[in-house]
Amino acid sequence: MAELRALVAVKRVIDFAVKIRVKPDRTGVVTDGVKHSMNPFCEIAVEEAVRLKEKKLVKEIIAVSCGPAQCQETIRTALAMGADRGIHVEVPAAEADRLGPLQVARVLAKLAEKEKVDLVLLGKQAIDDDCNQTGQMTAGFLDWPQGTFASQVTLEGDKVKVEREIDGGLETLRLKLPAVVTADLRLNEPRYATLPNIMGAGPKASASGNGSADVAPMEAGCRRLGQGQPCEPWPPVCRKPRRRRLR
Amino acid sequence: MLLPLAKLSCPAYQCFHALKIKKDYLPLCATRWSSTSVVPRITTHYTVCPRDKDKRWEGVNMERFAEEADVVIVGAGPAGLSAAIRLKQLATKQEKDIRVCLVEKAAQIGAHTLSGACLDPRGFEELFPDWKEKGAPLNTPVTEDRFGILTEKYRIPVPILPGLPMNNHGNYIVRLGHLVSWMGEQAESLGVEVYPGYAAAEVLFHEDGSVKGVATNDVGIQKDGAPKTTFERGLELHAKVTIFAEGCHGHLAKQLYKKFDLRANCEPQTYGIGLKEVGLDYQNPYLSPFREFQRWKHHPSIQPTLEGGKRIAYGARALNEGGLQSIPKLTFPGGLLIGCSPGFMNVPKIKGTHTAMKSGILAAESIFNQLTSENLQSKTTGLHVTEYEDNLKKSWVWKELYTVRNIRPSCHGILGVYGGMIYTGIFYWIFRGMEPWTLKHKGSDSDQLKPAKDCTPIEYPKPDGQISFDLLSSVALSGTNHEHDQPAHLTLKDDSIPVNRNLSIYDGPEQRFCPAGVYEFVPLEQGDGFRLQINAQNCVHCKTCDIKDPSQNINWVVPEGGGGPAYNGM
Repeated sequence: MAELRALVAVKRVIDFAVKIRVKPDRTGVVTDGVKHSMNPFCEIAVEEAVRLKEKKLVKEIIAVSCGPAQCQETIRTALAMGADRGIHVEVPAAEADRLGPLQVARVLAKLAEKEKVDLVLLGKQAIDDDCNQTGQMTAGFLDWPQGTFASQVTLEGDKVKVEREIDGGLETLRLKLPAVVTADLRLNEPRYATLPNIMGAGPKASASGNGSADVAPMEAGCRRLGQGQPCEPWPPVCRKPRRRRLR
Repeated sequence: MLLPLAKLSCPAYQCFHALKIKKDYLPLCATRWSSTSVVPRITTHYTVCPRDKDKRWEGVNMERFAEEADVVIVGAGPAGLSAAIRLKQLATKQEKDIRVCLVEKAAQIGAHTLSGACLDPRGFEELFPDWKEKGAPLNTPVTEDRFGILTEKYRIPVPILPGLPMNNHGNYIVRLGHLVSWMGEQAESLGVEVYPGYAAAEVLFHEDGSVKGVATNDVGIQKDGAPKTTFERGLELHAKVTIFAEGCHGHLAKQLYKKFDLRANCEPQTYGIGLKEVGLDYQNPYLSPFREFQRWKHHPSIQPTLEGGKRIAYGARALNEGGLQSIPKLTFPGGLLIGCSPGFMNVPKIKGTHTAMKSGILAAESIFNQLTSENLQSKTTGLHVTEYEDNLKKSWVWKELYTVRNIRPSCHGILGVYGGMIYTGIFYWIFRGMEPWTLKHKGSDSDQLKPAKDCTPIEYPKPDGQISFDLLSSVALSGTNHEHDQPAHLTLKDDSIPVNRNLSIYDGPEQRFCPAGVYEFVPLEQGDGFRLQINAQNCVHCKTCDIKDPSQNINWVVPEGGGGPAYNGM
């Protein structure tokens, strides 16, 4: 029916139940070996994309994550929830600390143009930095309309109706596609990434990516725009499951 | 007895009659509740309240998919990972292809691993002779050993002579969680399919009674037992052989002991809780292992080492102390048990990791031989790998456990630990454990508690916040969490027993022995009396409650995968 394509950005963050410890040299928090998982708001964004696909309003969902090799786990979870393809923008672990909303927004904007998507979905903010900026900056770079803090998303032809949660209550906007939407808590309840789907999401790709996004330190500003090179897309979900239905 | 007619039409009798009819249509767990209506309903898990009789589950699709593998391993601890790695090493060497799947309830490998740990590298070196080049995290060799007996204020040093089990020469201090994580990476690079975050919840059987495999847990069930919109069934994993490596007191192993009567010829297992270490065969129901541990830290010989330090982590786990006498039958049609699940810990040495790894290696070798043998004939669809138990009995694991088998039981005598030390000195150090007799244990840990009226309550000092701490802040450090809207995984066979028996006779020992504060007796909202409140989200999966409950009413089952503690290198 529709030919819409969606890009969903997911972030790998420290699990919300873990107690954070500051590093002894005070340069950040301890992340080695600490339990990480997908940002809860990103899960909600992926779930929304999958629901739109189930309603046959979206044809293809691409999950993207920027960061070190372990981000592949997060992309795998997104694939298991229902995304079709995954893109991992590999950033070496040493530089990953300097990766902020500005850099990620730049990467997402480039990818959205390259993949010719109609809808970019993100979580409203990440639970580690609580920046609440990436979605908005992405829309700014692309010069697309944005519907943030979405608690309801309805696709209507070439427009998307977004009900937003704002300070005074609820606000409804109608945006012309292509657009950027960020998910708030009450948008939906994400499904579980069950084992059959994780198995179908393919084996873990090796840690070596085919390129890396150029991460500019905050000070370099916008001059580095255009040098980001995402690596090859994830192997598509094509492994035929060797399973039988029972009962 | 003749009833006057008037009685039959009285409202009370009519009401009672109506209730009797209604009982047939109520779901099973509600029936239990209404029959003893003063007991608030606690257990809603589907293992206790079956779903096929529950109206809320009508029309829900209960179909399950299945995947076929050659070997399925439950549990990615040292034993499970050793077995997986050895299977793949053999397969690569002999150019055969076998599919090995490993499921683990923790969200990442190593997150539920807790140990001292002072590793005897013997088992590990058999798996990875080149571990140094590969960069395994064994970084701290032991340089010095000290052993002492603590009295209330003083410490009596005890010499460790070479040859005693406590001698640690050649061993390494490791963070077992990190070592297990490293082994997980090695397993994946060898081609093992590792699935953390998925718990094996059910054992599956063929028609001939042999083990067919396991099924992972269902997800998306509400706290009261009703299905959510996100409900999905688990996946069935079928295998020719299933290896159960769940660690100490595994819940699937518990079912297997019953089904195949594996404990017919061995003693009940006895346990300790690693906090470290408080034996679980204590008798005073007022004892709290957690608070004993806090008190221990204040001992004059321990406190100086800890002063100025910062508490960064906390965890707890039961461990087996039964030794050779408590090892059950290890194999059954379709599967076998390895690691701390049957329990190969060398108690006086306080080490079980090396024997667990060796048991995994032996299991893998025995299974591989059977799987690749050309004239394989099996009476049952699931393979019965009896060679594993025979090989284990011929290996150094058995020899080691045999020589130390009497040390722990010798501490049960009148002289207590001193008697044990004298016994060790004579029969182990001099005679190398060759004495012809085997001492028995006292019985299972749950039977050891004396009624509360025969014991005195223990006054524990308040935690000072520098060296000793309160329970809840410690639990927060374990990083434990579970999806809150799921049935409590600490199930009770009978909801009325905690108050009627445990509280009234033993003053509710579960509120003391749980190292995570899961069990609380809170006053009823109306009227006098108490009810048991289960804070399942705090659980750190230590299994102490399943072991020590004097009524053996608590049955620990696995919660939704991914939940539980988030240990980092513990």
